[in-house]
Amino acid sequence: MNELAITVIGRDRPGIVADVAEVLARLGANLTDSTMTRLRGHFAMTLICVGPAATEVEAALAPLAADSQLVATVRSVARDGEAAPAGEPYVMAVHGADRMGIVAAMTRVLTEAGGNVTDLSTRLAGSLYVVVAEVDLPAGAATALAERLAATAAELGVEVTLRPAEPDLL
Amino acid sequence: MTGRGDGSDLDPQTEGHTGLGDWTPEALGAGRVLPVVSAPEAVLSRDGAEVDPIADETVRLAADLVATMRVSPGCVGLAAPQVGVGARVFAVDVTGHAKAVTVHGTFVLCNARVVEASRWKVGREGCMSVPDLTGDVKRASRLVVEGALPGSGQVVRLTTDGFEARALQHEIDHCAGLLFLDRVAGAHAIYQRKVYL
Repeated sequence: MNELAITVIGRDRPGIVADVAEVLARLGANLTDSTMTRLRGHFAMTLICVGPAATEVEAALAPLAADSQLVATVRSVARDGEAAPAGEPYVMAVHGADRMGIVAAMTRVLTEAGGNVTDLSTRLAGSLYVVVAEVDLPAGAATALAERLAATAAELGVEVTLRPAEPDLL
Repeated sequence: MTGRGDGSDLDPQTEGHTGLGDWTPEALGAGRVLPVVSAPEAVLSRDGAEVDPIADETVRLAADLVATMRVSPGCVGLAAPQVGVGARVFAVDVTGHAKAVTVHGTFVLCNARVVEASRWKVGREGCMSVPDLTGDVKRASRLVVEGALPGSGQVVRLTTDGFEARALQHEIDHCAGLLFLDRVAGAHAIYQRKVYL
């Protein structure tokens, strides 16, 4: 079976998720992990599914893009090992006046500390810019990283917090 | 309040008994270690049946839950549906947990229900029956629950907080056929469970 990476982006309207999912179900493409959100009002969906050839799926999704309001892409991807992320989970939150390079600078600090971003959202609301990232950190790295993040945030004139997101097993 | 809570901050006029009294899990006898089932096992999503707390089978189930909880690393609570039994019985023990404040030790409640809940807080929780995911769930951090002790059948009210309150709500949900997935805070509040190295 092929593993396919599919993106659907475009003008939002009610029913896009149902339309895309219906096409995939009809083709026998099994939708596995997916995420969808609205980015600055645009519909944005990324999903992985397992099923038929990429060309077949792309052709089946083409009618959805016929009015040029949506763009759908389908790529065949190598199966991931499905290894669960390793490390200690943290959430980094950044907010402040919008300017160039906030995400680049802050995530570079995370990367240099051995961190791995597993989820990221950014929002621009008026002049306020907000970044929230889930990051896996090597054991014991958080304290020193928090200081480096604070220093970089100060240079950018933004606020940063780094807090543990360890789950309670019940 | 730390140590074995006795609910002494409750109004003395409150109906029913407060605290666990002289109940101990040892009175249940030795239990068997049962296999823990995982979602999407149907029993996890069925409303559990009310039980007779003094029935022998309930006491045996309570003992089995305690035994299974005790051999499961990091396990602070286990409900009957998690061992494949659709019944309103669960065991809890948050003793020694870093986030616990009030601690009632090891106990089992039958037909438990939430009487009062307040000070809601979002926390990330995981479950032995959903081994690959965690999720952000809002739970009351101040809680009063009422339930019957297996064996004696005595109805008790427990007042608790923090981590023990979260554990109790999670287990009472299991008894009603609810997983943390049913209460997750939003579309992006489900996470892949991390592996701790």
